[in-house]
Formats: sequence, C-alpha cells, structure tokens
Amino acid sequence: MGFLDINGVTKAYGAVEVLHHVDISVEEGEFLVLVGPSGCGKSTLLNMIAGLEGITSGEISIKDRVMNGVHPSKRNIAMVFQSYALYPNMTVGQNITFGLEMHGTPKADRDSAMADVAKLLQIENLLDRKPGQLSGGQRQRVAMGRALVRDPDVFLFDEPLSNLDAKLRVDMRTEIKKLHQNLGTTIVYVTHDQIEAMTLSTRIAVMYDGYVQQLGTPKEIYDNPANVFVATFMGSPAMNVLSARLVEQNGALHAVVTGSEGQDIALRIEDAPAAYGAYKDSNILLGIRPEAITDPEGADRNARNVQSLPNTVGVTEPAGSDTFVTMTISGKDCVARMRADADVHPGQPFDFAINMDKAVLFDPKTEERIGA
Amino acid sequence: MAVASTENAIRSSNFTRVLVYLTLLLFALFYLLPFGIMLVNSLKPLDEITGGNMVALPQTWTIEPWLSAWSTAQIGVEPTGLRPYFMNSIMMAVPAVILSTVVGALNGYVLTKWHFRGATIIFGLLLFSCFIPFQIVLIPMARILGILEIAGTTVGLILVHFVYGIGFTTLYFRNYYAAFPTELVRAAQIDGAGFFQIFWRIMLPSSGPIIAVSCIWQFTNIWNDFLFGASFASGDAAPMTVALNNLVNSSTGVREYNVHFAGAIMAAGPTLLVYILAGRYFVRGLMAGSVKG
Repeated sequence: MGFLDINGVTKAYGAVEVLHHVDISVEEGEFLVLVGPSGCGKSTLLNMIAGLEGITSGEISIKDRVMNGVHPSKRNIAMVFQSYALYPNMTVGQNITFGLEMHGTPKADRDSAMADVAKLLQIENLLDRKPGQLSGGQRQRVAMGRALVRDPDVFLFDEPLSNLDAKLRVDMRTEIKKLHQNLGTTIVYVTHDQIEAMTLSTRIAVMYDGYVQQLGTPKEIYDNPANVFVATFMGSPAMNVLSARLVEQNGALHAVVTGSEGQDIALRIEDAPAAYGAYKDSNILLGIRPEAITDPEGADRNARNVQSLPNTVGVTEPAGSDTFVTMTISGKDCVARMRADADVHPGQPFDFAINMDKAVLFDPKTEERIGA
Repeated sequence: MAVASTENAIRSSNFTRVLVYLTLLLFALFYLLPFGIMLVNSLKPLDEITGGNMVALPQTWTIEPWLSAWSTAQIGVEPTGLRPYFMNSIMMAVPAVILSTVVGALNGYVLTKWHFRGATIIFGLLLFSCFIPFQIVLIPMARILGILEIAGTTVGLILVHFVYGIGFTTLYFRNYYAAFPTELVRAAQIDGAGFFQIFWRIMLPSSGPIIAVSCIWQFTNIWNDFLFGASFASGDAAPMTVALNNLVNSSTGVREYNVHFAGAIMAAGPTLLVYILAGRYFVRGLMAGSVKG
C-alpha cells in the first residue's frame, strides 16, 4: 500500500465513462505529475482525489484511509487552482489563514503559521494587500501559501503555472521543485505541459482518452515509451515515428527506411529482443528521438551502435543552442537535433549519424511498443 | 493640441459642443418641469393657485402646505396627515426589501454553485413569476393572507412584496453569480467552509453592486406599489401611496392643491433619494460581467 492509493477508479457521467479503471500508487514524498492533452481526464482525476468530484467506482485512499465520500475539507489535502482562486474580498493574510480559521485553529497559532509560510515564500510584505493588487507571480505564491499553511498530507496542483508568462513560468517551476525538495511533501500535479512534467516529477502518469497510457519515472517515460502516443507527446520536438520494414540481413535484424531520394537505408539493430523476431519481414514503426540523429562528430561517444544515414537536408532551424534539421524519411518529416555549429545546408546531401541504441519499435496497428 | 479636453484625440468644434449641451439642457428642463411646478405650488398659499397662476413663483413663500400634508391633513376620515402612512410604508418596504434580497441572493448562490437536478426548471419557474401581472394573484393572495390571519396588516403586505420580489432578485443574483468563479467556492470547500460560511464570507462580500441593484429595484417597486396596498391593507395599515390617494380624493371641504403637491413630493421622496445615493451602483451592477474586468 502506498501513501496515496488510487485503486481501479473510474468516472462516468451518465453512460459516458471518461476515466477507465485507473490504478496509481503514490509513495510518501513523491511528486506525481498527471500529464496529457485537454480532455484526457487528468483534472477529473485530481478533483476526485480532492473530493470535488464523486468516484463512480473504485477506491481512493490516503494514508490507508478510504476517502470515497469524505468531504474535501476532511481529507487533509490542499489544492492550488489554475486561476489561484484567491478570495478577492480578503487580504493575503486572511486568504492564507481562512482554512485554518474554518478548521477552528486558535488565532495565535494561525498567525504564527502564517508568518512561517510568508517567510518561506517571501511574501511578508504583501500580507495586508488584496489579491487584486498583486501580480501574477505574487498571486501564485499566495495560492501556494494558502496550501502550505495547512500542512496537508497531499498537495494537489491543477495547472498552476498556465496563467503565467513564459519566463515567470520557468522561475516558478524551479521554485515549486525547490519547495518539494526542501519540504519533502507528497504532490500530485496536473499539467498539459510535458516539460513541466519531465522537470518536476519523480513519476509521471501520461494520460490520454481516459486511460493511463504509461506510469513511470521521467527517464522511463522518455526512453522507453509504452506506445506511440506517449512517445510523441513527451519530448520536444516530438519523437520521429517512421514507417519501416524489419528484415534480416547477414544474421542481424535491420530496419529498412526510405531516404528522400527513394533510396533504401538499412539500419542494423543490435541486441534485438526476442519479440522483434515475430515482426521479421513485416512493417513496423521505428521511433527515434531527434537528439539521436546528429552530425557524425556530435554523436554520443558512449553509444555502441551509431550508424550512418545518408540523406538530403531539407530545412535547417538554428535555435541558438542547437540547430534542428528536417529531412524526409519514408515520406515523412524527420527532425534531427544538431550542434549549433554543425555544417549543414538545405538541399545538400549529408551523412547523418543515427544512434540505434535509442531506437524503439512499435506495432503499426496497435501502436504499442514491441518488446518493451 | 493645446488643451486635451476629451479622452480621444478627435476634436469636435466648439460649436458642436455648445449645441450638444444646449440640447441636453433643454431636455433636462423639459423633464424637470412637472417636478418644478409641483415644488413651486407646494410652497404657495392656496389662493395663489386658485387665482389661476400655476407656473409663477410664489408671491408669499410658505411651508404651511408641507406641515399640513405631513401631520394635519384629512386622510379619509381622520385628520392625521401622511405621517403614519409614511411610517407604514417604511415598515413595509424595509423588511420586504431585505428579505427578498437575501432570499434572492441565496437562490442565486444555490442555482449557480450547487448544481442539482431540476435547477434549470426551478429557475425558469422563478423567472416566470416576474412576468405574472399583479392582478392575477390578487384573489389567491387575499385567500392566503386570510388563512394566515394577516390580511389588512403591514405584515401581510411585507409577505406579499417579499414573495413577489423573489423572482426578480433571484434573476439578478443568479446572473451575477453565474459569472462568479466556481473555483473560489471549491477552494473554500477544501478550506473547510460550509454552505452558509461560503455564502457569508465569500459570495456576499463580492456582491456589492448586485445587492445595490436588487435593493433599488425592490425598494422602488414596493414603495410605489398601489394595487397591493389598496387591496390588502386598509385604514390604519395603508401605505403612503394609498394614503396619498385618500388625501387627494377627500370629498369634503376645499381641494387644497398645495397640500396635495406637498404630499405627492413626500411620497416620491424616498425613491428619489435612493436613486441619487445609489444610482451609480445601479448602472455598475447591471453592467457587471458584461465586460471582462
């Protein structure tokens, strides 16, 4: 049993099931991120943990206490909302202590708790202001203060950074991570931003269409995606998913793709899992991250299976730190991530280096991972 | 530009501006004229009016008609003046306004933030009550007041106006609260606030403009109502509007027009005062939510 257990939980509105049998177990001190596109059910799941939405079937328990039907205020949780949801008629100080007041904490204790939190979040000078007089970043801090002051078992964050501008978002992201490291609290965090998910979490649940597609550490999710959806949703630019044919040449399996001039390019696969054998001489999807396709000098020195991929350069996009190169493979755009000073020119032939250690294979019909 | 007198940079000529102000002034005068004549005639002795010069300023200024209308004029059969009936109207309007506003706010809160089956239908029915003409409810209402044994009393009138006002106040508050962020209610729920705590601590403090709208609307309607007052409260319990009618229609003695004018202004006074004091909130409240704040 974990600290927060989600056991076979489903959610249905009438006959429409929007969340299908979700099982997640969160340990104490973990930072779980629920990530997925709009409408995947992540916010619904969070609201069910908070008690704001009912549970159709299954069970949610916190610290071994079943929470089905327990009022939100009795779950010892705190939530930070997307809109911050600060009470507009109260000062920052009153906002922070409102929850304690409602739970009957004596005034002296409330004030000392507020002082501690204000110090931690550096909002001491804002305590007498109204939310309307604060900037976006300050409101965000107050919203977190309101959650922190309760000292809850679980913190719930509902897309807390999506209302901030790009720069502030990165700063607050670091702040939240710092807070988690310093306080060791258990956090469930909902976002649609895969970078937030990767950077903040200790574990990620990628959700789509009411299903948890994959649950794992950021590294597992990134390196070993369970299916094409997870592979393309996580990571920016997205993973290249190319149609290829699996054939056996010289006793080794090769994935054969088509270059931009129609030429066949065979990419040798080493240490192929046994499951690959079943797909011999049939079509597969080859997944390869942009950073695994580079110029030969930029290839990972620790990689064991770097192969040459001669092809024509399509478009180059210098991004400062890297240069993204687009080419055509098997009739689709394929992005490579190069060093900033790589010598590539549009329309020119180029010998790309592809790190086949990092390649993953998917079934073209089910889009599930082969040999995971 | 030498003087930036308008907010935008488009400058209209002085001639246009003078024309606009002149027109506005003319209309204002036109609308104020009846009130002016009432005021002027309430301050002259009766013989100046019966002498035939209604529009002229008084030759002798006097507040005698006002004093008479307030405390000694003949209302029906008693020479009490309008004072007791003015008090009746206050005793009727203030509780009815407060009750209907509070219940309207509660209804709006429940209809928007506590979804339940049939909420739309209930709101529809409440809305329907806004469009029922007064006359239709007269007889059923009389029956109910009779059963409750509060027919012919101020308490009965409070009940009538309170019930009749709920439709309007619910409409106002529902529309106002529909734009009120639900996340605030959810945050308060997680913070442990109950149904009424959320209402008193979170919703009501943010409802200033719509409370003003509801109070002005209700006060004006209730104060100015004649039909319910005439139907359900007779004699000593009659409200100001009914008493004014009795004053003007007194069939005995001379018709004291100056006293009638003074009485009419007294009857209109409170609603005028409410508009002057809270009118700007009225516009603000009606506009709330229509523009992204």
